[in-house]
Amino acid sequence: MSRKILEAKNITKYFHDPETMQVLKQISFSVQESEFVSIIGKSGCGKSTLLYILSTMDTDYEGEVLIDGISMRDKKESALARVRNEQIGFVFQFHYLLNEFTVLRNVMLPGLKLAKYTEKEVEHRAYEKLKILGIEKEALKKPNQLSGGQKQRVAIARALINDPLIIMGDEPTGNLDKKNSEIVFNICKELAETYRQSLLIVTHDNEFASRTHRIIEMEDGNIINIKSNLVAAN
Amino acid sequence: MKFKLILSIARSLLFARLRQTLVAAIGVTFSITMFVTLLSFMTGLNDLLDGLILNRTPHIRLYNEIHPSMHQPVDQSEQYRHGHNFISSIKPKDDRPEINNVGAITRALKQDSRVLGVAPKIIAQVFYTIGSIDLPGTINGVEVEEEDRLFKFRDYVTAGNFIDLKNVPNSIILGKGAAEKMLADIGDVIQVTTAKGERIQLKVVGYFQSGIQDIDKVQSYASIATTQKLLGESNTYVTDLQVKLKDILDAPKMAKEYSRLFGIDAIDIQTANSQFETGSSVRSLISYAVGVTLLIVAGFGIYNILNMMIYEKMDTIAILKATGFSGRDVNRVFITIALSIGIFGGMLGLIFGFGLSNVIDNIPFNTPALPTIKTFPINYNPKFYLIGSIFSIVTTYLAGYFPSRKASKIDPVVIIRGK
Repeated sequence: MSRKILEAKNITKYFHDPETMQVLKQISFSVQESEFVSIIGKSGCGKSTLLYILSTMDTDYEGEVLIDGISMRDKKESALARVRNEQIGFVFQFHYLLNEFTVLRNVMLPGLKLAKYTEKEVEHRAYEKLKILGIEKEALKKPNQLSGGQKQRVAIARALINDPLIIMGDEPTGNLDKKNSEIVFNICKELAETYRQSLLIVTHDNEFASRTHRIIEMEDGNIINIKSNLVAAN
Repeated sequence: MKFKLILSIARSLLFARLRQTLVAAIGVTFSITMFVTLLSFMTGLNDLLDGLILNRTPHIRLYNEIHPSMHQPVDQSEQYRHGHNFISSIKPKDDRPEINNVGAITRALKQDSRVLGVAPKIIAQVFYTIGSIDLPGTINGVEVEEEDRLFKFRDYVTAGNFIDLKNVPNSIILGKGAAEKMLADIGDVIQVTTAKGERIQLKVVGYFQSGIQDIDKVQSYASIATTQKLLGESNTYVTDLQVKLKDILDAPKMAKEYSRLFGIDAIDIQTANSQFETGSSVRSLISYAVGVTLLIVAGFGIYNILNMMIYEKMDTIAILKATGFSGRDVNRVFITIALSIGIFGGMLGLIFGFGLSNVIDNIPFNTPALPTIKTFPINYNPKFYLIGSIFSIVTTYLAGYFPSRKASKIDPVVIIRGK
C-alpha cells in the first residue's frame, strides 16, 4: 500500500491575542503518497493555521505532526528548517520571490541550501523544473519582469527543487485570474499523476477543490466533511 | 559551499541597497582614517617631544654623588654600636667627583648583553670669558663617536661638523645661546676659565642646539681629552658613565643592580624624567579615546542601516525561512553584511589614513626650537593600522549583532499571514 506522507494527530491550537480562543479542535487526518488533497472552508475556519502547523513553521500547538512517519514535536528550530528545506515545498498566495535574484537563482536557492548536489547540478535541475512548468525561457529574468501567473509557476518550481515529499499550497490561485488558475491547477494535477507528487492545497475556490482527489472541509476549527473524489483519481 | 551561498545572498541584499551601504561604509572609512591619522600624528608629536629629552638622556647614568659617609666613626665604637646615634651637622666628605676604576666598569658594562652602549662623559663647570665678563657655563667632555651613535649628537649640531670636535685639538662646540651672547663665529677662538682658575683657549668648530633654550645658553661640548686637559686631570678621569640599554624598561631594575655592583650612584631615566612618560601616555589615551568614539558613532550608523534593511527585507527573510533557511543562516547573512561593510570601509580607511598621514608628514613645520624638524612629525607604526582594522571589524560585528539576532528571530508565519 502507499505510505502515509503526512499525518496530523489531534491537532489543537489556541490564539491568545486579543483573547484566548480555540482555532483548531482535535484535527486528525493523513495524506498518502501521490495524493492531491485540498482543504476548503470559510475564511477564519482555521485552514491556513492548520497548514502552517503542518509545514512546521508554527510550533505552538498541541497534538502531533508526523512527516514520513517522523514526529515534528521536540525538533529544534534548525532541524525543522532542514525538514522544510528537504521534505516540504511551499507555495503561497503571493509568489514571494526574491526580486534581488533572477528567476533561476530563486528556484536554485533552496537547492543550494540543501547542498545535496553541486551548484552546477542544482542549476541543471532548476532548469528541468522550469521546463516542466513551461517557463524555462524566463529563467534569466528578474521576478518583477514576469506576469502574475508566471511568478506563481516559478514559485512552484522553487517548491519542487529538492524533490519534496509533499507540496503545500496556501491559496496558490488566490491572486490569479481564471486562465492562470487553470494553468496552475493543471500543473498540480500533472505533478500528482505523472510525477507521483503529494499535494496539500488550502483554497476557498470550490471549483478548484472539486477536481482534487480528496476534499477536506473545515468549519470553526473542526473537520466537518471528507469527500473522496475517486473519479478524478483514476 | 554553504558559506558561498550565504555570501551570495548577503551580496545581493547589499547591492539592493547600494547607496545606504556606501554611506555606512563611508562612516567606517572616515572614522578609521581619522583614527589612524590622529594616532600617527599624536604619536609622532609625542616621539618628537620625548625625543628632545629622552634621546639625549642616558637610560642609566652612573656617577659619584657628593654625600656624607654612610658609616660615621661613632658606629664603629664598641660602646655605642648598638644604640641609636644622633649626629647633627654632618658634612659631606671630600670626595673627588670622578668614577674610580672607570676602565673596569666600562668593560663590565660593555659585556652585559642588555646594554646597547656606554659613553663616558665629564661634566666641567667653567666660565666663558669675554673680555672682562665671565659667563657661567658647563662643558660636557664626550667621546664624540659614541655620543653620536647613542645620543644622535650630530642631529643637534646645527652649524659646523660634529666630527671636527674629535679631529681639531682644543676645539669646542658652543651652545647656540652661549655663542650668540659671546658673538662667537665658527673658527673664532674663545677663552674659558675653569673653576680652579686655569685659563685655556678653545676654537669654536660648531654650534649646538638642543631645542631647550636654557640648556643652549650654558652648555657646550668638547672632546673628552680636551676636557681632561682643561681640568688638569689624567686620561682616566671621567665623572659620568652614560649607559644606553636595548630595552628602556629595564632601566630602573638595572640602575639598582649597577649601583650595588659598582658601589656608585646610578639613576634611571624613568626616575629622572617621569613627567615625560605621564605626558605621552595621557596624550595617547586621548587620541585612542577620540578614535574609538568615532568608530562607535560609525557603528551606530551600521546598526541603523541594518535595522532598516531588516524591516524592508522582512518578506525576504520570511521566505528564506519558509524554504528551509534556519535562524542561524539568516543571522549569518546579516552578520556577513555588517562585516563586509566593516572590512570594506575599514580597508579604505587604512589607505586614506596612510594618505592623510603622508600629507601631514609633508606640511612644512619650522620652529627655531627644533632644528632637526622640517615637517610635521608622523609615526607610521603598523600597530595603529592593526588596531584600526581590528576595531573596525569588532565594532561592525557588534553593530550587526543585534539586528542580525532580530532578523533570525523573525517568525515567517506572522509575515506571510500578515498579507
